[in-house]
Amino acid sequence: MTSALPPALRGDLQLIADMIQPNTRVLDVGCGDGTLLAHLVRHKQVNGRGIEISTAGVNACVSAGLSVIQGNAETDLFDYPDAAFDYVVLSQTLQAVHQPKVILQQLLRIGRRAVVSLPNFAHWRLRWYLLVRGRMPKTKVLDHEWYDTPNIHLCSIQDFVILCRDLGIVIERSVCLDRKGTRYRIGRSMTVANLLGEQAVFLLRR
Amino acid sequence: MMTPRNGGGSPAVEWTLTLPGQRVHLGTQRPLTLDCGVALSDFPVAYQMYGRMNPSRSNVILVCHALTGDQFVAETHPITGKPGWWAALVGSGLPLDTDRYCILCINVLGGCMGSAGPSEINPDTGEPWGLGFPVITIADMVRAQAMVLDHLGIEQLFAVIGGSMGGMQVLEWASLYPHRVFAAVPIAATAQHSAQNIAFHEVGRQAIMADPDWCGGDYWRYDKNPHRGLAVARMAAHITYLSEHKLTEKFGRQLQERSAVTYGFDADFQVESYLRYQGISFVERFDANSYLYITRAMDYFDMAARHGGVLANAFVDTRVRFCVISFTSDWLYPTVESRRIVKALNAVAADVSFAEIASNNGHDAFLLEEPEFRRVLSGFLDAAAAHRGLPPVRGS
Repeated sequence: MTSALPPALRGDLQLIADMIQPNTRVLDVGCGDGTLLAHLVRHKQVNGRGIEISTAGVNACVSAGLSVIQGNAETDLFDYPDAAFDYVVLSQTLQAVHQPKVILQQLLRIGRRAVVSLPNFAHWRLRWYLLVRGRMPKTKVLDHEWYDTPNIHLCSIQDFVILCRDLGIVIERSVCLDRKGTRYRIGRSMTVANLLGEQAVFLLRR
Repeated sequence: MMTPRNGGGSPAVEWTLTLPGQRVHLGTQRPLTLDCGVALSDFPVAYQMYGRMNPSRSNVILVCHALTGDQFVAETHPITGKPGWWAALVGSGLPLDTDRYCILCINVLGGCMGSAGPSEINPDTGEPWGLGFPVITIADMVRAQAMVLDHLGIEQLFAVIGGSMGGMQVLEWASLYPHRVFAAVPIAATAQHSAQNIAFHEVGRQAIMADPDWCGGDYWRYDKNPHRGLAVARMAAHITYLSEHKLTEKFGRQLQERSAVTYGFDADFQVESYLRYQGISFVERFDANSYLYITRAMDYFDMAARHGGVLANAFVDTRVRFCVISFTSDWLYPTVESRRIVKALNAVAADVSFAEIASNNGHDAFLLEEPEFRRVLSGFLDAAAAHRGLPPVRGS
């Protein structure tokens, strides 16, 4: 394969890629057109697999030589054996599944680690939008109308951290991105991250 | 390479005298023990090759043919004069690129294009086997193919690819000889013949056996051929290869060279005329008893049953790279069957790709010009070839 310059990844995808060690087994759940997976295979030499719900996405991936299956995260994760992967990636999808808790547990059953990215519903702009306009917030990251959004389980960074604690999941790393794509570590000052982070990426283990 | 043999009224026996390609006699030193328990020794297997083997013989793709296919994948068929059944995909610059890969296709055991089957001569009697030929299975076909690889000195196939019954052989290859397969592409296939699949086959077999010219399977002895029964079998089967959408689009209720129905049983409708043609043209190239044997092998196919009822057990620790492909309008081996295979492969964390191709062509889509199918297949093969260390075609 010849590629002069590594193509620029979307901010949150680059964050995810940075959390993944080279030469590992990676499953990208909801891999879309395979942008992240192709990046990981090419630049981190991972043994990469993907699941994607859209036929167009799957066919693009397989045509590009990626090992991707057409499937649904909500039903197909159960097929995989325990600890089949070093990392299972779930990017901007947890808020759109019916059972986020079950899916999260599945990620950490089939993967030794999980990398999860999600939009933060407690971002100040969303709070402001709701407070001032009195309508369901819409932003660049969350750009659907309330009646046709696939995002049925939105949460805040703080909500997600609490869920992990309740499930006994260890958060090894957590980073949030503000509107300009600047990274912030989510440390003790959860309140600040929860206010300023537009999206967050977590590296999790059991 | 063809060895002349004596006798018999079955056309298949005469055809094989002049067929192009190669033929090898296997089981001369060690017989092949079939699933039914019979040991088959000194039996012929016919095959055809396109492209050249590289010095390490690591660029061979085995194409497994379907029920009524044969080894003439990419050349004008020696009997029908029609283009090879996969000429759209196999050739220079095509997804199965003969400039890069060596394409091997072997006539299945039980077939009638030069491999041992009911129309071939039983060496013990000097007469065609007829119904004396042992009942074979998909696994038997694959074991015989493995013997051809031994004969050709091919340690590992770069890929095994096949649609329909060919896909069943692909699955069996990956299960029986995982170390001899680098990549496997089962297309429009299933890991288990369903009740509906068996039912359609039984209709076909009954049509053949109900033809008085079948003569209890000994038609060659009376210089007869149950072509009416075989044609009906083909007509029934052919419907299962198409989709309702395609039939409607192609024929609708259009009449055949007439402006009104004739109030009789002539082929008033175009679809009738089409099916009759399919039936009639089939009998000139296919042996009725072969049809019985091969459909039986497909009906017996149930990979999970041999592995404690768990399909995944057939692929434990597999290192084969899989690409499973199905077509939306295929109701013979629908996508749900491919999904079952994918589920089993996921259960053993196999390296698997799975694509469902949108097509109105029904089961036959795998034989036709389907651009999306072609892209997926090419992409998968290119990536697999890179992993296998096969150099790209020069100048591309």
